[in-house]
Amino acid sequence: MDVLYGIPIIGLFVQFVAYIVQIGPNIAPIMLAISVPLAFGALCGIMNERSGVVNIGIEGMMLMSAFFGFVAAGFAAGSVDFDTSGPFGVTPPILLGVAVAVGVAVLLSLLHAWLSITIRTDQIISGTIINIAALGLTGYLNRIFISPNPRLGAGTFQTWRPPDWLTDLPAVGWVFNMFLKQGPIAMSLIVFVIVVQVLLFRSRWGLRTRAVGEHPRAADTLGISVLALRYRNVILGGVFAGLAGAFLTLEQTGSFQNGMTAGRGFIALACVIFGRWTPIGAFGAALLFAGADAFGRTVGLIPPTGELAGLGEVLGAVPDQFYGVLPYVITIIVLAGAVGRSVPPAAVGRPYVKEGQET
Amino acid sequence: MRPREWLRSAMAAATVPVLAVVLGLVAGAAVMVISNSLSTGVTDVGLPLRAYGSLLAGSLSGLDEVVRTVSEATPLILAGLSVGIGFKAGLFNIGANGQFLMGALAAAGAGAAVSGWSPLLAIPAALGAGMLAGAAYGFIPGALKAWTGAHEVVTTIMLNFIAAALIAFLVTGPLATAGASFARTGDVGNAALPLIIGRPGGTGHLGILLAVVAVPLAYLLLFRSVLGFEMRTVGANPSAALYAGMRPARLIILTMALSGLLAGTAGAGQVLGISHSISASYSTSVGFDAITIALLGRSHPIGIFFSALLFGLMRAGSALMQIRERVPVEIIDVIQAVILLFLAADIIVRTVFRIRAPGSGVAEELETVTRTYGGAA
Amino acid sequence: MEMNETGGRDHTVSAAPYPAKPAANATGGAPPVLEMRGVTKRYPGVLANDHIDLDLRAGEIHALLGENGAGKTTLMNILYGLVEPDEGEILLDGTEVQIRGPVDAIARGISMVHQHFMLVPVLSVSDNILLGEEPMSGPIFINRAGSRRRIRELGKNFGWEIDPDQRVESLSVGWQQRVEILKALYRNARIVVLDEPTAVLTPQETKEIFTVLGKLRAEGYAIIFITHKLYEVLEVADRITVIRRGRVVGTRKPSETDEDDLAELMVGRNVELTVDRGTSHPAEPVLVVDELHAKDDRRHETVRGISLSVRGGEILGIAGVAGNGQDELVQSLTGLRRPSSGRVTIAGKDVTNHAPQSLYRAGLAHVPADRQRHGLVLSFPLDDNMVLTNYSDPPFARAGGLLRDAAAIDRRADELIAEYDVRTPSREVVAATLSGGNQQKAIVAREFSGDLRVLVLDQPTRGLDVGSIEFIHRQIIAKRDEGVAILLVSAELDEVMELSDRIAVIYRGELVATVDGRSANREKIGLLMATGRASGSGTETQPEPVRP
Repeated sequence: MDVLYGIPIIGLFVQFVAYIVQIGPNIAPIMLAISVPLAFGALCGIMNERSGVVNIGIEGMMLMSAFFGFVAAGFAAGSVDFDTSGPFGVTPPILLGVAVAVGVAVLLSLLHAWLSITIRTDQIISGTIINIAALGLTGYLNRIFISPNPRLGAGTFQTWRPPDWLTDLPAVGWVFNMFLKQGPIAMSLIVFVIVVQVLLFRSRWGLRTRAVGEHPRAADTLGISVLALRYRNVILGGVFAGLAGAFLTLEQTGSFQNGMTAGRGFIALACVIFGRWTPIGAFGAALLFAGADAFGRTVGLIPPTGELAGLGEVLGAVPDQFYGVLPYVITIIVLAGAVGRSVPPAAVGRPYVKEGQET
Repeated sequence: MRPREWLRSAMAAATVPVLAVVLGLVAGAAVMVISNSLSTGVTDVGLPLRAYGSLLAGSLSGLDEVVRTVSEATPLILAGLSVGIGFKAGLFNIGANGQFLMGALAAAGAGAAVSGWSPLLAIPAALGAGMLAGAAYGFIPGALKAWTGAHEVVTTIMLNFIAAALIAFLVTGPLATAGASFARTGDVGNAALPLIIGRPGGTGHLGILLAVVAVPLAYLLLFRSVLGFEMRTVGANPSAALYAGMRPARLIILTMALSGLLAGTAGAGQVLGISHSISASYSTSVGFDAITIALLGRSHPIGIFFSALLFGLMRAGSALMQIRERVPVEIIDVIQAVILLFLAADIIVRTVFRIRAPGSGVAEELETVTRTYGGAA
Repeated sequence: MEMNETGGRDHTVSAAPYPAKPAANATGGAPPVLEMRGVTKRYPGVLANDHIDLDLRAGEIHALLGENGAGKTTLMNILYGLVEPDEGEILLDGTEVQIRGPVDAIARGISMVHQHFMLVPVLSVSDNILLGEEPMSGPIFINRAGSRRRIRELGKNFGWEIDPDQRVESLSVGWQQRVEILKALYRNARIVVLDEPTAVLTPQETKEIFTVLGKLRAEGYAIIFITHKLYEVLEVADRITVIRRGRVVGTRKPSETDEDDLAELMVGRNVELTVDRGTSHPAEPVLVVDELHAKDDRRHETVRGISLSVRGGEILGIAGVAGNGQDELVQSLTGLRRPSSGRVTIAGKDVTNHAPQSLYRAGLAHVPADRQRHGLVLSFPLDDNMVLTNYSDPPFARAGGLLRDAAAIDRRADELIAEYDVRTPSREVVAATLSGGNQQKAIVAREFSGDLRVLVLDQPTRGLDVGSIEFIHRQIIAKRDEGVAILLVSAELDEVMELSDRIAVIYRGELVATVDGRSANREKIGLLMATGRASGSGTETQPEPVRP
């Protein structure tokens, strides 16, 4: 190997691969965790766009869910004492928080549905309203409810510890580690991705959703209610946005900061496009983003040393901020590269008007 | 059109925006009362009146206050025009924030470098650097859209984050000034914009004039020039523009660069006129205000001018409101979101105020924005 | 909106897909299958349907004849529950019914084949057919295996080998229409409404669809056939009801009428069926195209070595089924698409790859196929639209092309509005508020004015009323007589045959024949359009992708 490592440039690449292989198993669970809000956001986007609705308000929905989920759980935990907790460290306040988070996102989805489906506001404006409202309202309420209560919080879900014999299995052990050393919201993601994937292509709901997203008038002439189906999908999408928000404050961090979604809702949209509007594809894209993110976080903690010192020098010279912006840069590259090659549902962004009601 | 007709159509266009502002203030009042009663247990119905009272006191009660209002409005006018021109060409520039930051960064960096020059040279150099940086940062999403179809709504947001990271990197590293207690750029010295109004040490800087001049220029561009006709045609119907021999790709890039230039000017003006340096955590929300302002002003330069003054007033007065009535300044963001909601759903405004007259939706020209989402040009 | 019960129903009936009614029923004493009485529908400013009476018997093809905008489609949308009538009643088998929507219509045995196919391009044939009536296995999943079998069987009844898994977007127009008919049969329709089914078909495909209609009639289906083509109704219908401006103006049997009679009923006055085209005096070739190749947006080569020349004072018509490369040909000639190879000259000057503005200055004008998408900016006032293609030329732009001259633009708009009889309240109204005919007149006014050498006309009268068509055809002849070289591309074979001095037939991106316009034979051109060959061929048996 040393011989290979010594070659200029190619050697660095070989070292890089070796480094990834070395740290991969360790960062795999982190990577999955980072992908969770992205993938849930992407599921929300898929639910919307497959039925013909653009939703750029996912960011705001996530932020509002994260905030209200956190505040609800925090106040519930503050008013009643719970010393018992179930598996995953489940406590009633955290569960309440998740429910509130989902409820808030569903309400916002209802607003988005009403604006973009019923009164046919421009859908991107509708999403922008939700984003701006979320930033403003959470900022304002943060000042009123969280700032005066610095100890507010209900803790987080605990990650599960899979048995050692499973994670120690040669070659595949790290996969179990990646998918099982997780909290409940992260684990549910895997289930949701598979369920939505199967339903989208095999169920009646899926067929109708795809038809409405591609050619709503055709679906309408066959008796499918375009508006009702879009409403249902946008609202169901809200559930996923809510879970993404709940994950941020109730599973990952246990605290709330203004603007903590940090563009994840938009990166999720890039995942939708990159994953060609399929749940599994979008999940794969989310893992790619998360991998870049996790890599950036790991380089500082476990820098390449020993044989890989050459790589370590190079990576060490790169400023931290560069790793921080990797997901954003990749999003732009993905959009620039994937658009045109992956075709969106034909009716996306177009409000549906029934025949004879144009005037 | 004759003057009287013009006035009538202007009033018709302003009806819904004005009423949306009224409803926004009412909703803001409701949020104040409810959140106050939830957090303190006291229901104080008089709070909104007192809060809005101190908002006005903080923004209009004297020359100092008015100057502050106008200087708060200055970047909003420029950024509002930035977003508005984009809308007219069918582009949604959510990246005015990032372009503003790049303008501020370049002006701060260039300003510190030329701080010893004569003001006559230093000011144009620093201002020009900021304008160019903004234009360049607008050029990127424009070119990405024109050449690859990547939608500007997502790319500009990503570029906002990247701009913030770039500031953090440059201001803690290459551009950091020695001997400061925290990471910041050096003072812009002679590149600082001179005061033209108000007390010494105030904020009545030359940049205000820049914004005021930009309004008629934008009007001239959009409605009297051939280029403006091309931009509006691309925004209204890209296929027809192509058929008419216009070059949509070039116009998209040009519009985004111009849009970035305006936002960059806003950023440069803030740094050279007020703060004179930037810190590593320098940030802004001007770009989001600008979206509301552009929509409130119906993407028309004159409408944008008045909307920006309104938001400048609220921003200028909100500090006093927070001190006197303990209403967080973030309430302005809430009011802004509500105004935006009522603008988009003008059906609510029409129902509440029983307006029967037909009116066009606020964001008609935005159709193209959503239509191109996903890459279908 | 859930329709849980539908799953089972499809399969119980599948054994006997056709109700076995003898054709003799058509004149029997039973009540009509369908009766519409006094149906009225008002839109703001328009009386779309004015007390329309219509009846339909089993085993009958009833043609609904009328101009574009006469109210035929509105009437059928009422029957299908898409539009609610303001007055009137609908009776099925003698009983009054309320049709509340497509679901209701389908449940009552009414199916509709829309003018613009209601097919989802990216879905398979079977998914398109079963959409909305999905056979289920369990509460969630679709039973695809069962439906595939049934669709194959349905097709076999007409001798069609259907591949249920093929994507609809890869089918030819003729096959897409068959899928539409299967959709109706799959839903056990008794009444089948076909809205302008022949608009996009070649004469041969039209013949074939008539055979299918005959077969359906023999099996006892009741068929409403909407069209504005006179010879078609005479060929296929049992009865003909003519609608004009929302009113029934007469019902005829084919044996009791002829084209002149029907035409007069349809447009209300004695019309010349063809504009008198006079004699043409072709001069030197002006537009010369040599071995032109071009690709479409998906990079398929759709123009494959086209050579043609149009002389001044001559109209060259391009006949062909839509989608055989006409769009890419027109775009390549007008600067909207970069040809992959070949040469285009105007009056000897090489203009290959020139931009639209430069072609405009070389004397080329272009009336685009889609007036609302390309020809106009609907949200702009009429005056801006009147200079859409020459806005940057003096006198409309001054100061070196930087600023617009509003006064000059207004003057030009007023002139054109007067000269071309564009009916509008003022030049300041938004183009969207004009009728289709006036919108097209505005485009024609703009493009026909100025110093012209070449005129490229793409579907210049699509969807217009007879009056506007006549007006525009006269203008075209007038331009020809001024010595302009005119290339006319139209999916309406009738239009091409009426105006052209020579007709070239385009098939799969090649010009397969050029014939004299005045002595051309309809059937022969139809065969060329359909097969690219001048002599007959067998019938298709396999769904065949349009693109090579």
